[in-house]
Amino acid sequence: MANQQPSSGNPRVDVEYRRKKSAEEMRYQIVSFALMIFLTLVAFVAVGYDGFSDWFTVPFILLLAVIQVIFQLYYFMHMSHKGHEAPALFLYSGVVVGAVTILAFTTIIWW
Amino acid sequence: MSTYAQKKGFGATLWDYLTTVDHKKIAILYLIAGGFFFILGGLEALFIRIQLAVPNNDFVSAGFYNEILTMHGTTMIFLAAMPLVFAFMNAVMPLQIGARDVAFPFLNSLGFWLFFFGGVFLNLSWFLGGAPDAGWTSYASLAMASETHGIDFYALGLQISGAGTLIGGINFLVTIINMRAPGMTYMRMPMFTWATFVTSALILFAFPPLTVGLFLMIFDRMFGSNFFDVANGGNTIIWEHLFWIFGHPEVYILILPAFGIFSEIFAIFSRKRLFGYSSMVFATVLIGFLGFMVWAHHMFTTGLGPIANAIFAVATMAIAVPTGIKIFNWMFTMWGGSIKFTTPMLWAVAFIPSFVAGGVTGVMLASAAADYQYHDSYFVVAHFHYVIVGGVVFALFAGAHLYWPKMFGTMLNETLGKVTFWLFLFGFHLTFFIQHFLGLMGMPRRIFTFLPGQGLATGNLISSIGAIFMAIATIVLLINVIMTQVKNEKVGNDPWGDGRTLEWAISSPPPFYNFKQLPLVRGLDAYWLEKMEGKKEMTPAEPLGDIHMPNNSFVPFVISLGLFIAAFGAMYRADTSWGLLVLILGMAVTLGAMFVRSIKDDHGFHIHKEDLMDDDNDKGAKA
Repeated sequence: MANQQPSSGNPRVDVEYRRKKSAEEMRYQIVSFALMIFLTLVAFVAVGYDGFSDWFTVPFILLLAVIQVIFQLYYFMHMSHKGHEAPALFLYSGVVVGAVTILAFTTIIWW
Repeated sequence: MSTYAQKKGFGATLWDYLTTVDHKKIAILYLIAGGFFFILGGLEALFIRIQLAVPNNDFVSAGFYNEILTMHGTTMIFLAAMPLVFAFMNAVMPLQIGARDVAFPFLNSLGFWLFFFGGVFLNLSWFLGGAPDAGWTSYASLAMASETHGIDFYALGLQISGAGTLIGGINFLVTIINMRAPGMTYMRMPMFTWATFVTSALILFAFPPLTVGLFLMIFDRMFGSNFFDVANGGNTIIWEHLFWIFGHPEVYILILPAFGIFSEIFAIFSRKRLFGYSSMVFATVLIGFLGFMVWAHHMFTTGLGPIANAIFAVATMAIAVPTGIKIFNWMFTMWGGSIKFTTPMLWAVAFIPSFVAGGVTGVMLASAAADYQYHDSYFVVAHFHYVIVGGVVFALFAGAHLYWPKMFGTMLNETLGKVTFWLFLFGFHLTFFIQHFLGLMGMPRRIFTFLPGQGLATGNLISSIGAIFMAIATIVLLINVIMTQVKNEKVGNDPWGDGRTLEWAISSPPPFYNFKQLPLVRGLDAYWLEKMEGKKEMTPAEPLGDIHMPNNSFVPFVISLGLFIAAFGAMYRADTSWGLLVLILGMAVTLGAMFVRSIKDDHGFHIHKEDLMDDDNDKGAKA
């Protein structure tokens, strides 16, 4: 239902409601798009500015990257909509497995 | 088009199977290929037992023994148990959820051919200079030093067949999420379908680490990198972790479908609903989750330190809890049931004590401190054979008898089935029970011989005698299969008489489009529900309409063949002038076939309503 177009010809579509929803959706997308551009600029500034040490810059831009991925998934790939529970479950399971692997590799493997 | 069976020549049948995308035929391909590798792995096991039957034996040399031992483990896990499990998943799961096929029939075929060519490649090592000889775990510190091409065969062959398995797992996941019949909610899915679902999720997350590990090994051995080369700053422990992050979920990938098959059997032959269905689902999911948190228990003696060892020991013991839930549920399913001791039920009943014995030694091994004593002894060998043979192999035998009528339309002979069962059960315990004590007496695993006077002779002789019984049992099963195929007595939809789930509501074997009309599922054990209300067939959930079917395709075979050729190129690139050329040629075949698949539209075909109405007495969903 979420991605049914107002012009679909289905007589049961409430056009007014769809319009309102689409406008709302559009607003979210533009806001998150602007935020993403802003975050990208912040990342460039963080790398370009000499005052920060690498120990700050690297985790900081990684954090920004994670935020961008979340924006991407939830606002542009519609994971915030209904019907995305299974993909979300598998994405998060994958994140957990990957995180445990990285945790193990960084803690109990000696170099 | 006609749906009547026509006599076909051998060539036409062969071509049909080479190009098929039908889940039922792919299941048969998996069964045949897996069965072949099972016999191969079994022969290797017999050679091992012959060599160890008496002290100081020289049946095989030490080096050759290493190869047999490695190939026995690798073949049994990757090329026998996994494909046989896949055979039942393919044959049964789409029917159980009332689907017409899996979600991606083309990929299903591709998955099979990748597995098949990977397996053939691995076994060609016997004829091309020596098989892999560093154990099925192929620890890098040992594998890097191996002088023959054996390890290259291992890494490349498993890489190809692993890709096939990963494709298969994703396919099953999408099928179960998207293609359940109307009314089939998650909590109405049969246990075997749940097991397939969780297993496929495990495959999805467990195989990428193996892929990474194998690529590192391929690069190190064939392309001059140094991931595992300590002298150049590498670390061999990386391989151990990557391997076991895959390897531990792998054993659950094998055992969960076994649990699924047994859950079906207990319910069918106790003629009772499975006890504690929702707790069974919970336990299956929990085992799947915990399966990823315990891999380092294979590495207690690697020097992880006491904290890591303690965490992994506790996590490992926790797995006994959901497994215990399952064991009790199976026993309560039988409790008060009207039990029929058919061949599948015998396997299921024998599975409980056998598997519990393996589970108990598993908890013993999980205690990190005690594990320092058991590590690398025959105690470990006894443990994992008790869980894998007593669990997985029992389930495969049981499943073969249970689902044979659904796959082939004929019943395996019950008397011979029971002969197989008793011989195998007896042989299995005779072979492996004594190995616990051999281990505790200090016999290390993977040794090729022992000396007289070490107190190991009697135990090993008993163990070898047991192996003969298992071999005879397998031969009896083969005779049974041949006899059944020659007699070819067709059976009806529900040959066991007590089928509960949707696959028994359809003819044996089902028509190639499965259900003519998708069935309406009104509860758990959908078919049983209808039978109990006096109905003869499932209520259809849709009017009769055209059915959209995929076309057969030869492309999966070609894609897999290309990788098979490329693997030879990669292996011989360093020592020959033509290696690189073959590598490029093989990749060109694969990428070319993928390109053809991408640009050529293949819309499949429709079976029209009129044709479906013609053979109304052969309805898809009749009871």
